[in-house]
Amino acid sequence: MKTKKSLLQRYAASPYMVWSVLFVIAPLLFVIYYAFTDRNGTFSFNNFSRMFSGETPKVFVISLAFAFVSTLICLIIAYPLAYSMIKTKKKTQNMLIMLFMLPMWMNFVLRTYAISFLLEDRGLINQLFTSIGLGQIKLINTSGAVIFGMIYNFLPYMLLPIYSVMSKMDKSLIEASEDLGCNRLHTLTKVILPLSIPGIVSGITMVFVPSVSTFYISQKLGPSDFTLIGDEIETEIKSAAGSYNYGSAISFVLMILIFICLIVMNKFSDEDAQGGMLV
Amino acid sequence: MTLRLLLKKRSLSLFMAAVVIFSCLMLVSCPEEEVDFEVTSETAAIDYSPYAGTTINVYNWGEYISDGSEGTVDVNKAFTKLTGIEVNYTNFSGNEDMYSKLKSGGISYDVIIPSDYMIERLISEGMLLKLNFNNIPNYKYISEEYRNLYFDSDNEYSVPYNVGMVGIIYNTEMVSSAPDSWSVLCDPALSDKILMFNNPRDAFAIAQFMLDIDINTQNADDWEKAKEWLMNQKNYVKSYVMDEVFNKMESGSAAVAPYYAGDFLSMYQNNDDLAFVYPKEGTNIFVDSACIPTSAKNKAAAELYINFLLDPNVALQNAQTICYASPNTAVVENEDYQNFLKELHPEANAILYPSFEELYPGKDVNDYYYRNLPQATLDKISTLWSELKIASTENSDSYIIYILCITAVILLAGVVVFLKVRKRRRINA
Repeated sequence: MKTKKSLLQRYAASPYMVWSVLFVIAPLLFVIYYAFTDRNGTFSFNNFSRMFSGETPKVFVISLAFAFVSTLICLIIAYPLAYSMIKTKKKTQNMLIMLFMLPMWMNFVLRTYAISFLLEDRGLINQLFTSIGLGQIKLINTSGAVIFGMIYNFLPYMLLPIYSVMSKMDKSLIEASEDLGCNRLHTLTKVILPLSIPGIVSGITMVFVPSVSTFYISQKLGPSDFTLIGDEIETEIKSAAGSYNYGSAISFVLMILIFICLIVMNKFSDEDAQGGMLV
Repeated sequence: MTLRLLLKKRSLSLFMAAVVIFSCLMLVSCPEEEVDFEVTSETAAIDYSPYAGTTINVYNWGEYISDGSEGTVDVNKAFTKLTGIEVNYTNFSGNEDMYSKLKSGGISYDVIIPSDYMIERLISEGMLLKLNFNNIPNYKYISEEYRNLYFDSDNEYSVPYNVGMVGIIYNTEMVSSAPDSWSVLCDPALSDKILMFNNPRDAFAIAQFMLDIDINTQNADDWEKAKEWLMNQKNYVKSYVMDEVFNKMESGSAAVAPYYAGDFLSMYQNNDDLAFVYPKEGTNIFVDSACIPTSAKNKAAAELYINFLLDPNVALQNAQTICYASPNTAVVENEDYQNFLKELHPEANAILYPSFEELYPGKDVNDYYYRNLPQATLDKISTLWSELKIASTENSDSYIIYILCITAVILLAGVVVFLKVRKRRRINA
């Protein structure tokens, strides 16, 4: 029997359709158009040949590597944290979640700026170190500071999906595995981990993608010779020559790279657990 | 509903009410301070009535006007109060920024305040309107020195707003002897304490002054040479900055930085260990002028606004807020202003208003202005600049990340292989 769709069902999605055409598909087409043209609007591959003849590939590698490492560290921090959080009382959980959300209410540029104040050579942390006799340590303008900045900014995006998947997990499954003779480690690896994979996958996506294309953090916290791909796009688009073409070409390649990374990751998660969700 | 819940809800609403009342009290207790301020009678006497109720769009650099913060006069509000013309005021962060916004044609601006070389470009591309100086009687206050400048030699398109020069700011506690040359910016002894402009034109200009190359050269090899100098300098640079220079210099995290003279005075207020010097090799001079683009919709009102900015009292407020040098003779000759400068820094007058002939005897001031460059040269600069930004230095520490990455990949691969092998064994068993 064919059910007739209600008016609401038919048109509820239309605002989003308009939105996505205007702000998702159209800009994407612009990026592709700019990437394959030169300043005068004629078709050319010059942007790409310039990209692969210079040092840009190195920047791509560095960006991917940094994003990879910071995502991994975020996961290592967030997973046990989420696990221990669901063991606490509901009230404490809400409190903890709130504490993790709190910094996100602040603008991320502001947060990064604040970190750079803390890490400065004469910043708060170094003042503390000198006062207890440890001497000044070079904190800012190092690769470590960039990783720290990324983790600080993106950790909540890893924690929240994992936590929400874990807290919705059916507790009776855990009890069952304990009844059937699994020790705690086995319960974790055989029951909880496979069940929480969707959370991990969306967490990784939500941290990895912004990390690859981030630009502000590296400028404020990184060393002078440190450029991520986001910085290069920014420099290119803001430069005196004022051309969007090269910047668009880099963005285009970056999008393809991210897409490949996500496909690979989804492949992994599908193999490990049926029902790993595609984000 | 249980009593407890009710209580909870009530206490919440009580709390909210308290917050609202408190914030209302805050608003009432600190009313906006009206600063005593009047324009000269000449400016006040103009008949503004034909334009009352209209709006002008003004596009200026960020923090480049007296805007009412910290007890200053809100110049735009004062203009609206006097004339009835609404001011829609927006900011840009750089000349190129402004240019691309203007070129895209999305918004029409009535007044823009770009720098010299950008005005040259806008004029050459026919993007500016000729001003009607009958509407700008206060132009008489503009110093002779800043009339007929190279980019507008017949004084048709622009009215100077602020002028300035780039110099070296250094921390006397960290730099042993007072520098007199740009070479301090690649002094190995100050390694990792040096800041540099994060903007290609200003950064390249320093290298070009060092190498005695024309800052407006169109020869690609000259730009390559300047890049080589910057590449070498990069080994000693802590970071490339624009606005962050304030915090880093004031806190003593960096020892030396090139920046604009006016901004040095602001920094000096927060750290009196700082000092300023004009390097002997030469330095960039800039003039930011008010212009009216061809897309303007309210030209006469825009001219009245420019005239208002030139009013001695308004210009004084702006000069005291922005701390840049003013091309307005009425400001420079004002005794209050001179006292204000003395309070800022004992040598503020010499820093803001140096005599070019004494600083750089025998040089042509026109060589120290940026010029508009052809597209090919701009492209060259932009390529060289991004190469410079990407290049690694001798003391790079990003190799750590590769090591971390490789370890992580190996570990992950190990885990995956282990799991696979175990799975297969179990299936076989």
